Amino acid sequence: MINLAWRDIRHAWSKFLFTGAGLGLLIGATMTMAGVYRGMVDDAKVLLDNSGSDLWVVQQGTLGPYAEPSSLYDDTWRSIRTVPGVERAANATYLTMQVRKGNTDVRAMVVGTSTVSYGDPGQPGYLVAGRQITRGHYEAVADMATRFSLGDSIQIRRKQYTVVGLTRRMVSSSGDPMVFIPLKDAQEAQFLKDNDAILQQRRRTALNPAFNPPGQPKLLDAVISSQSTNPYVNAVLVQLKPGHNHGKVADEIKRWKHLQVYTRAEMEQILIGKLIATSARQIGMFMVILMVVSAAIVAFIIYTLTMGKIREIAVLKLIGTRNKTIVAMILQQALGLGLIGFIAGKLVATLWAPIFPKYVLLEPGDALRGLLAVIVICSLSSIIAIRAALKVDPAEAIGG
Amino acid sequence: MAENTGIRITDLRKQYGSGGSVVEALKGVDLQVEPGEVVGLIGPSGSGKSTLLKCLGAVIEPTSGQMALRSELIYDGAWLVSDLRALRRDKIGFVFQAPYLIPFLDVIDNIALVPMLAGVSNTESRNRALELLEALDVGHRAKAFPSQLSGGEQQRVSIARALVNRPPVVLADEPTAPLDSERALSVIRMLNQMAVQYQAAVIVVTHDEKIIPTFKRIYRIRDGRTVEEAGEGRLC
Repeated sequence: MINLAWRDIRHAWSKFLFTGAGLGLLIGATMTMAGVYRGMVDDAKVLLDNSGSDLWVVQQGTLGPYAEPSSLYDDTWRSIRTVPGVERAANATYLTMQVRKGNTDVRAMVVGTSTVSYGDPGQPGYLVAGRQITRGHYEAVADMATRFSLGDSIQIRRKQYTVVGLTRRMVSSSGDPMVFIPLKDAQEAQFLKDNDAILQQRRRTALNPAFNPPGQPKLLDAVISSQSTNPYVNAVLVQLKPGHNHGKVADEIKRWKHLQVYTRAEMEQILIGKLIATSARQIGMFMVILMVVSAAIVAFIIYTLTMGKIREIAVLKLIGTRNKTIVAMILQQALGLGLIGFIAGKLVATLWAPIFPKYVLLEPGDALRGLLAVIVICSLSSIIAIRAALKVDPAEAIGG
Repeated sequence: MAENTGIRITDLRKQYGSGGSVVEALKGVDLQVEPGEVVGLIGPSGSGKSTLLKCLGAVIEPTSGQMALRSELIYDGAWLVSDLRALRRDKIGFVFQAPYLIPFLDVIDNIALVPMLAGVSNTESRNRALELLEALDVGHRAKAFPSQLSGGEQQRVSIARALVNRPPVVLADEPTAPLDSERALSVIRMLNQMAVQYQAAVIVVTHDEKIIPTFKRIYRIRDGRTVEEAGEGRLC
């Protein structure tokens, strides 16, 4: 038996191909939206993976350090280190800002990391070029996405840093590449004031009789000294000894240190469930709209194609073609169009994904779900055309 | 009823509408065509030609009367066959005013599709189609698409499609309307030739003055009734 749908597609292949390609752009956009969402989730997971920690200790009552500001004294890590089960604990600061290189700047997350010993949580886990930070000041390790190179001199606030190492896929939850610098530099950068502001602050302090009482000149120096240093960090990252229960150690720290502690699962929930939740809903809405538009376009195309063949359908019915043969023809054409669209969509999404400024993760599972969605959408979209075709009276082939 | 009758219609009536707005399109049509015979069915617009053709083609149901194909009663106040689609496919061939070939099938498959629908194998269907195309002198166009054919060639292909299942009856609805005199006469000549070869009873509905003289017998339909007339039979 002749496959009428395939013959029609083969006969007018350019029409189907171009229509399918147009539909493919729409499907490609939908797949890319899904890829953007997956990329955001992956960025969030990568951020947690790359920190190398099992627990995140932050200020009580906050969702820090990524979702909310958190402030801890920078000696807190010492007491956490004594909790049973803790292998390593290290301070970390996070500050998203513009990092300058010459006349250009890059949006980056500046991470202040411990340089006390190699392997502390918070340090970049691996490098693709160069070396780790070995000096206490003015060295940086940058993610390749910053487009910085080894030996580049970059500016963070007023200080210049030399790029000594490069990493890959070290990004913040919003996809900004990371720049690692020594912790002390990062603490300074977080609260660094300009010279005029420092001058004004010193003048105000000197004029305040509480800080500058007569006969106690050293008090003013002490106050000014405390104002110009930053003893805070955003979080203490904790690595546990093998075999220890994360939840139990977290409870210990919460109980005895009066701090907020998050496990990996809880932190993932914060990042994915709260930090990118609105963006995810936004993307979800876009995907729904794109799918509805795709369905409407497929329905319109198939309906138009079918209406263009009304006479032929009437003749087919008159010469004895079964309704199921006609239904199969329309359904197969809709699915054929969807398949062309899916292939074109997958192709363009794969081609343009690397051009996107943020990470677009196209997962095979999403592609499979996309294919199923295309099949369902095309099948449903062809219903209108099928109904129209089934209503065609074979008598229409006969004039009068 | 004669044993060899191609199609026989007795007192066929068709009413449209109901209650006070009944329109009687056919008011008792009698018609008989023998196998191998081509008769003309003529009449003014609105006389009931198309309604009669649709009843004969089993696409609308008459109100009353009788219809028989090859002496087999198919309608007697109600359809006596359960599958009208199969009846149309196996027992009735159609030739339309415009050929209405399937544009995405080549010529041979336009014809072979009909037996394939009846369950005949692809090879056998294509052999039958090719045989008919050769007989109608368009065998060399077997692989062409309808859009690549002239109007006359397309109409010959539609004749082949009508005959491929060797139906006892062929209904031709203004088959020469879009053709010039020479091609119109050529089509009628072929219909006559094929009618004889395949022993089909052919009814040609026409307005075409050029071909009316070619029929030996004519049924003139007026106000829903048929009158049989002798034709000139000038087919040369």
